[in-house]
This record gives sequence, structure tokens and C-alpha cells, in this order.
Amino acid sequence: MGKDKAKLKMAIYWGAACGGCCVSVLDIHETLFTVIEHADLVFWPIALDTKYSDVEEMPDQSIDITLFNGAVRNSENEHMARVLRQKSRLLIAYGSCAHMGGIPGLANFSNKEAIFRRVYEESESTVNPDKIRPLEEVMVAEGTLHLPHFYNDVMTLDQVVDVDYYLPGCPPQSERLVEVFLAVVNGTELPPKGSVVGASSLVQCDECKRKKSEKKDIKRFYRPWEVVDDGETCLNEQGILCLGPATRGGCGVRCVVGNAPCRGCYGPLDDISDFGGKMMSVIASMLEGKEEAEIEEAIETVVDPAGTFYRYSLPGSKLRRKQL
Amino acid sequence: MQSIEQNNEQWSPRIVAFFCNWCTYTASDLAGVSRLRYAPSTRVIRVMCSGRIEPTFILEAFIKGADGVLIGGCHPGDCHYSEGNYKCLRRFHLLQRYIVEMGIEKERLRLEWISASEGKRLQEVVNEMTDTLRQLGPSKIKEVAETIVK
Ligand code: SF4
Ligand code: SF4
Repeated sequence: MGKDKAKLKMAIYWGAACGGCCVSVLDIHETLFTVIEHADLVFWPIALDTKYSDVEEMPDQSIDITLFNGAVRNSENEHMARVLRQKSRLLIAYGSCAHMGGIPGLANFSNKEAIFRRVYEESESTVNPDKIRPLEEVMVAEGTLHLPHFYNDVMTLDQVVDVDYYLPGCPPQSERLVEVFLAVVNGTELPPKGSVVGASSLVQCDECKRKKSEKKDIKRFYRPWEVVDDGETCLNEQGILCLGPATRGGCGVRCVVGNAPCRGCYGPLDDISDFGGKMMSVIASMLEGKEEAEIEEAIETVVDPAGTFYRYSLPGSKLRRKQL
Repeated sequence: MQSIEQNNEQWSPRIVAFFCNWCTYTASDLAGVSRLRYAPSTRVIRVMCSGRIEPTFILEAFIKGADGVLIGGCHPGDCHYSEGNYKCLRRFHLLQRYIVEMGIEKERLRLEWISASEGKRLQEVVNEMTDTLRQLGPSKIKEVAETIVK
């Protein structure tokens, strides 16, 4: 990149996030200097003290790339999603939460009332005899203080604003972020809008080195602590539920390499419209039994199908939330 | 209040029925030519094998407004492609557990083995399922999937 070329302007924001995505950006280590060489970070709450009003005052489209991580679960997340959409040329849903709802999205098994009751009244560590709950507005001597409005439902970023690209992972692998960033810097032709970037177009199993056979004949599933993994055979074939067969590759099968099953944070391949639906299809087909009772028994060993197959994607799934 | 009751009386369940070409679809044909009368609640989708039915098809039917989904395939051992119906059976049990976890009544999803000669059985199953759904009332799945509550 020539000196005459203007630096890119980049923003990183967290919605309903755990902080892992922001840390994954810091995890690029020295490459951060390369990033800074090519881009001015104009907004990044975990690392810089820029105020929301500074962003609100920026001209529209003046930020080249925004990495938005985290789901949208309150009015603050939604407001910033809208502001950043307006200010950014490229808005990237960064990480599973922005992409599909992620771990915070599991709150769609519940609702606002039940969550508040649990957190502010019933949890074992709560001492709140007056059952006080947070107020969205409170007057103090210095003026009125505000808290964001907590939504009943958790949303994916694209359920709120238009998204240009998705960079999956929980968190995305830092190397993938660097690749995508350098592609933007070098003006490489970008894939069509709406594409998943920084990931492969093949499933995890494709990269996985474990031994797999054509016919799976799985008898039942075990929780990972119930069996000793032999370290070589496909986890599913050993009865340890692995979501590799429907999950997009790109992370280097990190979990399986570390002897833990894939849990699907990279999300589905392009032609899969409901991650959990596809995974249920795959898993059920690999079972061995033929008798109804035997099948039922084997299926019962899949503990919590909803939470297992939609661990990272409940808000972005077809049913989207539990009916209460 | 009165208008709600009236609506309920007028409402009749919509069942999306995935029937296997070799057995249940032929049974529905037989029911037709035998002039067996049954509730006009099914919208039949003919598939080559019950093993072709992806869980996602079923979820899609629900979020498009089906009150129930009926799967019809060949009796165990009779699958034209040898094992498709076993795959279907396993998927059915897994999917049914999933929808129950999602707060959906398990009766909204039903699987029946109906062979090509069992036109009468088809009539019974459709009528029975229609009655069950009538008791459950309209499905809320579509509405829940479409409305985000802030
Ligand atoms: S995707 Fe994972 S790492 Fe990123 S915010 Fe969500 S939970 Fe945290
Ligand atoms: S299912 Fe899991 S363990 Fe088996 S091959 Fe795929 S990624 Fe590897």
C-alpha cells in the first residue's frame, strides 16, 4: 500500500457479547501493527475511549469497515447497530453472536420476565428482599440517568440492519480476520454481498484427520465424560456427538484437534438453511437401530437436542425462539 | 368474544402431508378412487421416499403456517430404497423431541406407515389428526417465528 493512499477507517463494536471477539482482534499480536499501518481505528470500546456521540457525529459512510460482534438484545445494541450501519461502507457481522445469535441467543429459550425474575429475585446469590429491578430512567441531582431497554428476544445483526459480510466463529480465528482485512486493504475483489468470509466452503469433517468409515452405525450417544475417546476415530463414530458434519470449516478443526467435539460455532455451509435441522438429519441417519423402541432409546441419549443443535444459532434458526 | 368463537368454529386445521411415492401417496390415490371421504385438511407433497424428508422441510412447513405435519411412508422392511424409512423414523423421533423443547405440541408432527393398499387407513389417520389439531387449535409457530418482541 503506497504512502499516498489514505488509511482505512475501521471500527470494532460489541453488542450482546462476551468480549471474546474483541480479544480475538487483540490476539493477532504484532500483526496489529500492520493493521494500524493500514487503518485508523476510530471506534473500539474495549481499547479506545471514543464516545458514542463522536461516532454519531461522523459523516455517513465515513468508516470503511466495521466489525460488529455480539447479538442484539437491547436498545443500546440496536441503536449502535443502526448508527454504525449508517456510518460504515462495509458492515461485517463478526463472530457467532452477530452472525446467528450465538450463546446470548440461547436466551430465546426464555423471555425477559423469566430472566429478570431469575436474576433479580431467585438466583442463589441474590439478596433483594424488595424485589427491586433496574429502571430504565432514574432522576438524580445531576439529571436523568438512562439504562438501555432490555428486549424480550435476542436478534442476529441482520435481523436489525443490512449486513455486508459474515465472519463466523466463537470467536473467529485471528488469522482469518487478518486475511479478510488484508484483502480489503489490497483492494482484492470482494465476494458478493452477504457472503461468509474468512471461512471454508467445506465442512469440518473435510479438514478433520480422524479416521472415519462409510457406515457409521452409531448405537447411542454419550456425554463426553462418559467415555474415553481413543484420540483417533471420528468422535461421532465413538458416540460423542460432534457437529462437524454440518459446520463450515475454517477454524482448523481446533476443537477436535484438542479432543473436544465440534459444537458448530462456524455455522452452516451456504446451502443449509437451518443448521440444527441439517445436523439432526445427519445425526439421525448415522444411527444403527431399526426397531422403533431401539431407535427411541438411542435418540433419548441425545441430551437437549434444541440446546445442542442450536447452541450458537437459535435466533437465526427457522423457529427462532421457544414458544412460551 | 362472540366473533372469536365464530372464528374458531370456522377455522379448520391445515396439514402439510409428505407422502412417499411408493406407499402412502398411492394409498391416498386409492382412497380417492375408492371415494373414501376424509377431512379436506391435507396439502400433499409427494416425495420419492420418506427418507428424503429433511427436518428442515418440516420446520419450513410450520413456519409457513401449517398447523400440523403428517409424514407417510412404507412399513418397515418395505422401503423401495431399502432403508429410507428407518432414517425417516430416526429423524422423526429426534425432531419431535426438538419441537417439544421449543414449546410446540408433539401431536403437531405425526408419522404413519401406510402401504399402497391401505386407503382406508389413510382416511382414518387424516381424520384423526384433523380432530386432534382441532382440539389443539391453530398453531402459533408462524406468528412466533415472525414476530420479534422488543
Ligand atoms: S461469538 Fe463467541 S467470542 Fe464472540 S462475543 Fe459471541 S460468545 Fe463471545
Ligand atoms: S464428525 Fe467430528 S470427529 Fe468426526 S470427522 Fe467430522 S469433525 Fe472429525
